[in-house]
Amino acid sequence: MSTASITVGNASSDHRPFVETLHQWVTTVDHKRLGILYILYALVFLVFGGIEASIMRIQLIRPHNNFVSPEVFNRMFTMHGTTMIFFAAMPIVFGFANYLVPLMIGARDMAFPRLNAFSFWLSAFGGCLLYFSFLGGNGLYGAGNAPDVGWFAYAPLTSRTFSLGHSTDFWILAVFVSGIGSMGTAINIIATVLCMRCPGMTLGKMPLFAWLNLTMGGLVILSMSPLTAAQLMLLVDRYLGGHFFDAQAGGSAVLWMHFFWIFGHPEVYVLAIPAFANASEIIPVFSRKAIFGYPVMVAASVAIGFISMSVWAHHMFTVGMTAAGNIFFVLSTMAIAVPTGIKIFNWLATMWGGKIQFRTPMLFCIAFLFQFLIAGLTGVMLAAAPFDWQLSGSYFVVAHFHYVIVGGILFTVFGAFYYWFPKMSGRMYNEALGKLHFWLFAIGFHLTFDFMHIPGLLGMPRRIYTYEPGRGWDTLNLIVTIGVAFQAAGTLVFIGNLLWSKWRGVAAGSDPWDAWTLEWSTASPPPAYNFAVLPGVKSRRPLWDLKHPEDPDWHYE
Amino acid sequence: MAAHVQLPRSVATMRMIKTAAVIFCTAAAAWANRASQPLSPTNIFAPASTPADMISTLSSLVVTVTGLIFLTVFSLLLWAVVKYREKASSGPGEPVQIYGSTQVELAWTVIPILIVVVLLLATVRAIASIQNAVLPPSAVEVSVIGHQYWWEYRYPHSNVVTANELHVPVSDPSHPTPTFLKLLSADTDHSFWVPRLAGKTDLIPNHPNSTWIDPHETGLYLGQCSQYCGVQHAKMLLRVYVETREQFDHWIEQQSQPAVASDNVIEGRRTFESTACVNCHTVGGTAAAGKFGPDLTHLMSRDTIGAGIVPNTPANLRRWIQDPSAFKPGCLMPAMGLSDSQLDAVTAYMETLR
Repeated sequence: MSTASITVGNASSDHRPFVETLHQWVTTVDHKRLGILYILYALVFLVFGGIEASIMRIQLIRPHNNFVSPEVFNRMFTMHGTTMIFFAAMPIVFGFANYLVPLMIGARDMAFPRLNAFSFWLSAFGGCLLYFSFLGGNGLYGAGNAPDVGWFAYAPLTSRTFSLGHSTDFWILAVFVSGIGSMGTAINIIATVLCMRCPGMTLGKMPLFAWLNLTMGGLVILSMSPLTAAQLMLLVDRYLGGHFFDAQAGGSAVLWMHFFWIFGHPEVYVLAIPAFANASEIIPVFSRKAIFGYPVMVAASVAIGFISMSVWAHHMFTVGMTAAGNIFFVLSTMAIAVPTGIKIFNWLATMWGGKIQFRTPMLFCIAFLFQFLIAGLTGVMLAAAPFDWQLSGSYFVVAHFHYVIVGGILFTVFGAFYYWFPKMSGRMYNEALGKLHFWLFAIGFHLTFDFMHIPGLLGMPRRIYTYEPGRGWDTLNLIVTIGVAFQAAGTLVFIGNLLWSKWRGVAAGSDPWDAWTLEWSTASPPPAYNFAVLPGVKSRRPLWDLKHPEDPDWHYE
Repeated sequence: MAAHVQLPRSVATMRMIKTAAVIFCTAAAAWANRASQPLSPTNIFAPASTPADMISTLSSLVVTVTGLIFLTVFSLLLWAVVKYREKASSGPGEPVQIYGSTQVELAWTVIPILIVVVLLLATVRAIASIQNAVLPPSAVEVSVIGHQYWWEYRYPHSNVVTANELHVPVSDPSHPTPTFLKLLSADTDHSFWVPRLAGKTDLIPNHPNSTWIDPHETGLYLGQCSQYCGVQHAKMLLRVYVETREQFDHWIEQQSQPAVASDNVIEGRRTFESTACVNCHTVGGTAAAGKFGPDLTHLMSRDTIGAGIVPNTPANLRRWIQDPSAFKPGCLMPAMGLSDSQLDAVTAYMETLR
């Protein structure tokens, strides 16, 4: 099915002037180019967020350190959180979904290509607005520039009484604008998955990647809309005399917390579910086995999507809810461990009896399984509300959610980079550099985030720019900071590998991994139209059927 | 697909895993040897009060259960990765394709559900006994008011107002005298967290909360604000002095007296009362009746200044009055621009407020 091709007028774009190439990229509505734009944009912000994290870690390397002022430190953690969630993690997720969903379901583009471009540029504008605050946020002399209210921006710290100048306004508008972009992309992904599948691909024959991104799209719409509404309400409070969150005038600071976390918790799954999607494609291919228990995997993913909408107030166990309220959120939060456990066991069963090839993408996914296991179990600890009364707002929580977002999500995203890099660029990455990246990053990750749990158990709150000696936190913080150096080194190797391979890598061919989903049936990189002839599929692994005509999957499904 | 033979590398990986295990065990043993000294004055697993104790018990259960799950799944994962790696002996061709198994999938759905039910019941019990505790009439009541970067404590039954250092009586299990804390905020959100006494509870404007402690042993318990509240969130430390009943009653008696006027420091007092100091600070029995800053009536009875950040010595006090941002950049008390002689005089006046 990969033999046919279409000649599009003037297809050789290699020798165009730079301005023309740039114009093509800026005006593109091609899902693959937008996917790559999303990913590159996210990588830039990943580096920004990483620099901010490093500044914080240097400041915390010893007690009473004076590397940065408290004001700068507070800006760093606000910008780090906002950047990483809204302008690194989400665009990476959207980038891979954009690039891969149409290819995997045998479509020629997303359902709404222009909405796709519009959404990307809105998100890009949001990120620029946020960083413009470093220059323009200083609306009042001495008021400070970048936002410093924390990434969840609890009221009333965001009111004009406590947040002078325009730094908070930049934060509000950046999140607002990128939120609208995210909803546009989510609608697009849902419409694409539901309406654009190739002949024969029923919902039950879709790759898990498509199922998981469909779930993610639904979650984005449900969770981004309350957040976007809350941003407007906050803006009304700040400039139009509203009192939604103004406690002095009868508003409620707790209302903001509800608005934020009913976004904030599903958001974790907006990021984690695409991570599951990456793992669900990579683990079977490098274990040389079909995914174990496909229907249960789909059910578990959708269940996680639904349950994740009802757990938000476990972020609020310390705000003084009634015992009954606390118990409800303990129940819903612990319930989510069940479908999550099912997923881990099914990945394990997929590897069981396989022939595991330790290529870089698989290394990242295996590490993901171990780390996500730990992240899930510390999540169960935090779900036990009384335990959370001790752990909430401490470094234990910081370690826990970095275990989820870095150890879980970022590791599979790195895996996805290496796995699909040959498809996107047409060239192989350097395997030795890939493994070096993996080991550096894994060592750095564990130094930083394993040891970060302990100061939390010893009473260290998060978001403090300095701390007292004699609390048993000093050595631990030193180790945590040392780990950052390894992660930074790993990231440099990663970026070096991408750049080197883009220009010097050996040609990949259309199917370097001997994989089974439709994106590997077309050229690398795929032509603008993806498939000259729309493929028809009979099972979940169309390329397996093609390669093993004697034993096709549709005999069993 | 051709088999990628990577046997030497897998052996190297195994060796690395073994080395890592040895290092880990050595480190754990070294850690355990240190355990004779207290690890930290704010260790959540060293409870000294009923709520912290109940939490510690529940936490130990949860950690044990999740630890067992971890060991089981970790071993299975490690086994799968090591045993089913591609080997030279695997031969060519794909492994047997298995698409699923209803029985095993049912097993790893039902078992986690049972574990969750057990943890849920234990958690519900702990929530109910902490949140629904009925306080005896002998309970001490204190209002805790969070301010941007300091704590105000009011004892409503004895008209005592103090700052940053909370005094409570020890609670004897046979005659419990728990302390009931009403948590209020004057500005942004804060959180009251003294890990050895209780879990944290937030102080939210226009949203009164409460918590309780019943410390079993006398001594000083530390903690700090754990909800981000602005520039100096890091230096909003908590000090709880748990005293015998006699010491506590004596302390209340002493704190409820007005300031003793001393003629030796009349100059400092005049400077204090004629500058903006009085807009924010109260000195009981004088014209100073400000409400924004800490009550200074018995300033010298406190061990620390600046919400627990430096010892209350004359030198520190003078430096603080001269320019608080030297200790706490971004705190709301401004430098008053006093001359050296004025500083000496005001410091001398402060030192009489015992």
